[in-house]
Amino acid sequence: MNLLIHHFWELTITGLTIGAIYALVALGYTLVYGVLRLINFAHSEVFMYGSFAAVWVLMALNAAGATGLGLVGFLLLGGIAAMAASALVAFILELVAYRPLRKRNSPPLIALISAIGASFVLSEAMGLRDKPFAWLGLDAKLADYVGRPRENTPLPALLHSQKLFNFFGYNVTNVDVIILVSAIIMMVVLDQFVRRSRLGRGIRAVAMDAESAALMGVNHNRVIRLTFVIGGIMAGGAAMLYLLKIGVTRYNAGFILGIKAFTAAVLGGIGNLRGALLGGFVLGVAENYGSALVGSQWKDVVAFVLLIVILLFRPTGLLGESLGKARA
Amino acid sequence: MNAVTAPLRSVRERFRALPRPVKYLFIVAVVVIIYLLPIINPPLITTQDSDFASVLFSCAMYSLVAIGLNIVIGYAGLLDLGYVGFFAVGAFSVGVLGSAHAKLPLIICVPAAIVVTMISGVLLGAPTLRVRGDYLAIVTLGFGEIIRLVLVNTSWLGGPRGISNIPAPPSLHLFDVPHMSWEGFTAYLDLTTTTKFLVFSVTDAVPYYWLAVTIVLIVLFLDWLMQNSRVGRSWEATREDEDAAELMGVPTFRFKLLAFATGAAIGGLSGALFATKQVFINPDNFTIIYSVLFVAMVVVGGQGNRWGVVTAAVLLIWLPEKFRFLSDARFLLFGMALMALAIFRPQGLLPPRRRLRAQRSAEREGVNAEEDPGHIEREVADV
Amino acid sequence: MSEEQTMSQRPEGLSETPDTSVDISVEEVAHLPEGKMLEVDDVTLRFGGVKALDGVSFHINTGEILGLIGPNGAGKTTCFNVMTGVYQPTSGDVRFLGEPLGRQKRFKITKLGIARTFQNIRLFHNMTALENVLVGADAHHSTGIVSALLRLPKHRREEAEGLDRAHELLKFMGLERRADELARNLPYGDQRRLEIARALATNPKLLCLDEPAAGFNPAEKVKLMELIQSIREQGYTVLLIEHDMRLVMGVTDRIVVLEFGKKIAEGLPAEIRDNPAVIAAYLGVDENAS
Repeated sequence: MNLLIHHFWELTITGLTIGAIYALVALGYTLVYGVLRLINFAHSEVFMYGSFAAVWVLMALNAAGATGLGLVGFLLLGGIAAMAASALVAFILELVAYRPLRKRNSPPLIALISAIGASFVLSEAMGLRDKPFAWLGLDAKLADYVGRPRENTPLPALLHSQKLFNFFGYNVTNVDVIILVSAIIMMVVLDQFVRRSRLGRGIRAVAMDAESAALMGVNHNRVIRLTFVIGGIMAGGAAMLYLLKIGVTRYNAGFILGIKAFTAAVLGGIGNLRGALLGGFVLGVAENYGSALVGSQWKDVVAFVLLIVILLFRPTGLLGESLGKARA
Repeated sequence: MNAVTAPLRSVRERFRALPRPVKYLFIVAVVVIIYLLPIINPPLITTQDSDFASVLFSCAMYSLVAIGLNIVIGYAGLLDLGYVGFFAVGAFSVGVLGSAHAKLPLIICVPAAIVVTMISGVLLGAPTLRVRGDYLAIVTLGFGEIIRLVLVNTSWLGGPRGISNIPAPPSLHLFDVPHMSWEGFTAYLDLTTTTKFLVFSVTDAVPYYWLAVTIVLIVLFLDWLMQNSRVGRSWEATREDEDAAELMGVPTFRFKLLAFATGAAIGGLSGALFATKQVFINPDNFTIIYSVLFVAMVVVGGQGNRWGVVTAAVLLIWLPEKFRFLSDARFLLFGMALMALAIFRPQGLLPPRRRLRAQRSAEREGVNAEEDPGHIEREVADV
Repeated sequence: MSEEQTMSQRPEGLSETPDTSVDISVEEVAHLPEGKMLEVDDVTLRFGGVKALDGVSFHINTGEILGLIGPNGAGKTTCFNVMTGVYQPTSGDVRFLGEPLGRQKRFKITKLGIARTFQNIRLFHNMTALENVLVGADAHHSTGIVSALLRLPKHRREEAEGLDRAHELLKFMGLERRADELARNLPYGDQRRLEIARALATNPKLLCLDEPAAGFNPAEKVKLMELIQSIREQGYTVLLIEHDMRLVMGVTDRIVVLEFGKKIAEGLPAEIRDNPAVIAAYLGVDENAS
């Protein structure tokens, strides 16, 4: 209890930063769920590929130790690389794992199985990435990139955590500020996009009623593809921010983060964009408070208990399922 | 209609046509062969790189898991992604009662473990079974993970180190059974490698395999009794359309809870079996990835078909052990298999028999389910 | 192959004619006291600001066929849902055999003796026709997991009773040949009749049919109405929702007319036919003008 009171603002701000990352990944879950009524179990791998893309690009550019404008440029480049890679993986995922099922009108459980399969394939492929290069004899040359595939891969030393200003006794760092500001920018852009653009309207229309939307001339397949790509972009951004905060990634980095992000999406009301954002922040902060109260080893338990309690009292999450219709 | 089912079906029909005594004799022969597998060590089937009897034990134990989860997913239609939690509760109940905090014999530990998991099933199910579909999946996933984290963080349960010295089943040395060994396809009797009937020891997994197979056969029979009764029908009706079932007089919540508790009890039994064979258990044996593996067994096998899920469990455990050179890539291949299955054979390897029968009559009559107007209309439900 | 194709193209494909001579009556249903079986007493149901039902009152007498009619969106199905416990009325009461239904669970209401069909067919699609009816019959069974596992006499007795009942009903509805087929593979018309068989299997004192003839052609509609009449002759009380007014006139004893959630008329078919409010409701004419 003491811990919670003394470090209240520190816990809140660090909770918000990790919550922002949850929220960005949760957007991907919620968007896909909104239009397809499907838990995209492999979205965590979309995130993971983004994080590797950022690490590799920054490694290749020898970004370590850059300062000033160069640093800003590298951060942006890393972010763009992550977004591009994640979007690409999400795009391929939809094409290979989900579109064939949609054509066959498969029941939801089958789609979930395909998603689980895709998730295994993606993360194991990353975990075995040394193999094909070893066959080509390139493994020694590329050791930094593909060596020790099941271990942590660090982000080149780029941004050193520095105290910026004091906020009620907690020294807010540059990393905290970068994460929160960029996450909020991405969220606002997405929100405006879905609300105002023509494509965004398409997404909402399909989410509301896929059949009527199709009758009204909305290209169903294009909207779904777009949804996956947008989810991928958000996950890529989240991956870059995650690297700044955590510093390393690995082939199964997406797993727990994916579950947390999905929890955040459900917490806010799956299918509901603003719900995902709220869910992410609430989860991040609650986790921190909880671990201050009962010990940090119970952090994940706190997250899941929170989810279960909320679902029991509000079965459709904090904000309800508004992107689409409520299910019967 | 399909490359996989067509030969299977003709085998089944030919089998049905046999006279009764021949049928029974055939069944007895198959059961005997199953029991003797680790003694015979048949070439092509046996595993070179790991102890064949242990692999067979794993196959039987995971079959039991699959049968239990099939009740929850296949019959009652409740997507449980945290089934490994019950498996863990069963294993740790045996650990706590048999080693960590009491030295009770296994004969008492196992029924106690079943009761404990059943109660935990009811406790977890009562609040969560009110949420539906996908939410249930994530809530059970959360529960599975909570159970594991509680194990890791509770020193009373051994913490991350787990529990060791879990008791073996009572042994009784009656006679020795020699194994067979093979050179090419010629069999020799290997008198130096013998299995003591019936001594459970760390060095010989064969008696454990026999125990596991016996339990699987009993549970399969119980499963059949349940499914072919009001209980099984109520589960299926609930799975098909919960609202309609409720309005037809099915107390759906009560039956969902029953499915959850029954599934949990079987999961707990398999966990107990796992614990006694392993002697030593720790929380790492119970990560979420196992839950996913269990769900895959049920779906690959064909939800609702007990033989299908057993086949799938055996295949998913045996294949990576047999082809050890693949073991690095086993989860990669496993993922590909799941995707391929979802796309090309969504009903699983062996869909429920009733469905097959109906498919056949549908083929005969030329009735196509997809053109059926009732099928389309169902999408716009009014209640 | 060509023969098979013609079979699949049969639009409503009634596989066999119903055998209405089969005795499907049930002791507990046949000997109910005369008088009001179900009373809907001043029921109002609000969804947010909308009044889906507004002070609706009517009753159903034992042994009659009551028609509940009205234009689309009049609140007929909503009324059904209140009677079967799907919705709780905002105010007012539903009394069944003198007892208020109150907040009874939905499956308990079925056990009390109200069974229904659905406007959009809601069979258990991956179960056979026979199993669908068995689930209905299970409503008055009590075999639990213990009886099932030990194959106690109760299990045997109830299974046998359920099977007898199911076959009886399938024969009555003309579905006996389809018994082992999956519900989703049945032709549309058979699916509709299977729903009625499933509801009858629960031994309902009151059978509620929600547009059972929807999607039928006129000839089939007439046939179904004859079937409903023979169900009544076996002692069942029927509440029939139907959109088509002419059809209802022929089979019902009394008719209640709803419009915009209010009861606008009640009476014998002949009275309803000449009621200006009803005509206005159906023709969409302003009441004052007519």
